[in-house]
Amino acid sequence: MTIFTSAIAARWLGWARNHVLHHAVALGIALTATAWVPLGEADPLSDTIPARLADTGLYADFAARTLAPGVLPFEPQYPLWTDGATKRRWIRLPPGASIDATNPDVWSFPRGTRLWKEFSFGHRIETRLMLRGGDGTWRFATYAWSADESDAVLAPERGVNAACESQPGKPFDIPARTDCNACHLAGPNVVLGFSALQLSSDRDPLAPHAQVPAAGAVDLSDLVRRNLVKNLPRALVGTPPRIAAASPIERAALGYLHGNCGMCHTDSGQLASLDLDLWTSFAGMSIEPQTPDTNARRTTNGHASRFVCDTSTHALRSASALRVSPGDPDASVLLRRMASRQPLSQMPPLGTHVADAEALELVTQWIRSQSGAVRVTDRTTQADAGARSAGDPWVPESRREYSRGGYVAPTDVTDTNSLDVCQTSSSSQAPLISKTPKD
Amino acid sequence: MKLFVPLMLLSCTAGLAAFVMAASSPFPPSNPSPDTHESAAQDPVAHGKYLVTAMGCADCHTPLKLGAHGPEPDMSRWLSGHPDTLAMPPAPAIPPGPWGFVGAATMTAWSGPWGTSFTTNLTPDPETGLGKWTFEQFRDAVRSGRHEGRGRPILPPMPWMNVAALTDADLHDVFGYLRSIPAIVNHVPQPIPPAETR
Repeated sequence: MTIFTSAIAARWLGWARNHVLHHAVALGIALTATAWVPLGEADPLSDTIPARLADTGLYADFAARTLAPGVLPFEPQYPLWTDGATKRRWIRLPPGASIDATNPDVWSFPRGTRLWKEFSFGHRIETRLMLRGGDGTWRFATYAWSADESDAVLAPERGVNAACESQPGKPFDIPARTDCNACHLAGPNVVLGFSALQLSSDRDPLAPHAQVPAAGAVDLSDLVRRNLVKNLPRALVGTPPRIAAASPIERAALGYLHGNCGMCHTDSGQLASLDLDLWTSFAGMSIEPQTPDTNARRTTNGHASRFVCDTSTHALRSASALRVSPGDPDASVLLRRMASRQPLSQMPPLGTHVADAEALELVTQWIRSQSGAVRVTDRTTQADAGARSAGDPWVPESRREYSRGGYVAPTDVTDTNSLDVCQTSSSSQAPLISKTPKD
Repeated sequence: MKLFVPLMLLSCTAGLAAFVMAASSPFPPSNPSPDTHESAAQDPVAHGKYLVTAMGCADCHTPLKLGAHGPEPDMSRWLSGHPDTLAMPPAPAIPPGPWGFVGAATMTAWSGPWGTSFTTNLTPDPETGLGKWTFEQFRDAVRSGRHEGRGRPILPPMPWMNVAALTDADLHDVFGYLRSIPAIVNHVPQPIPPAETR
């Protein structure tokens, strides 16, 4: 027995001597990846992206922080959560150029477009730049501010880990350029926060973390009036885009998912095969009120998830679970992954070290409100529900506990019958814009 | 039974000694011949196979089994990753010191400071492999070190940064080869985070 076992071991381990070693080398490389730099490759941005923010065209007077002519501030209504960073955003189009909005979901930006986003935690940390070059490709870079904010220089290609703390003990990382690609090149939209929905003047009062637009900030109406956005479908010109939803809470929740998840989780991007579509589309929209049949509902409610996300460990494991279990936030993988900041299971998978408490409350309430809702796959029932609901409020005023800056749980949240949405409610709001069901 | 435990301990000791003393590998690497290389230049799939062989993808993505000449790839599981039939016990704790990781005898499961990782099913099975992946997802994954190009980090010991050095054309051929091999249904476990980060 001993001889046999030893012989086997010798074979294994003799082989391993030669073959494990190269994996050990690979492992060493992986563990020291933060120091890795591609050898022999020129920085593809170094010749086209200025070394200093001051030279990117954002400022006419960098020292005075005076914006250059043609630089327009804007404020999306559903901003990306970045661990509580305060953000400022600007766009500059080439003189005489305009954005083609023929496809309201995928705007076409002219070559030479530049956008900037500044991140602050009490003081400036970084300013990101994306520009569309003369060859039509988009390029990304970010500039790290000095401690005294006297200058901002191009950050390393691999970013800067723990450039500051977003809150005590929580690092904030300046992203690597490949991180930019992860979100901005995931779907048909490279520009994510500058769109018909994001710039609608019909702003969502419950949208988490939406900042008050700065003086001079442009919205959709401004852009159309100034001919900076052309060919926008007339329906959206006449009625500012608004997410069709069963309730104000759902509107805000879908908006949050659109702004924070939909860039990757869309039916027309690199992850389309997942059939998880959290992007709110306005293609084929109608201004007639319709019972909401959002892609987000269709691809989450009762939809099997590939994984379970353990509550305590945030580890994923293959098991039967639902992306959204209607009425049961605790059993909804979507919410678990939003709550996780374990790198192997967190969502979003990058760009954040702190879960968004306000959004978790909002999405919790949205999932809880799904209890008793009409299943979106049952179109006959859905249509009936829409007909029955005419004239009724979507959600009783007493249920609108969620508000910006805080959330107070209903006292009877376990009374799921009282939270029925589709079967007992309709809209007393202005006509909604919703897309035609896709299938 | 009284003899069994000492015998097992002895065998383990002998095995450890063998690991230290073993002088050569009984397992011959599958080196492509120059002819193979030439044919690969003409055929994208053959070129992809050539690259997969040269990069040693199968070393970790195909489990080893013990054959007549020692450990050898289980060709019935070619590039299908860690076998779902092989349930791994919790990885042993690594003592302080220079030892940094442990690996399964199949070369398909690894544990270290990053947690426990299992090699991916690279076959074109649509549910458990790369069958639904696009080339862009594959390219972005090896270029970014992120699952599907934009998800969780790809974990050690996957040397994705080496694969990232391939040109798009080479990656396209690698992907083409991976789409050409038999699909194998194999649900690879999800990676397990290190305890201290859970």
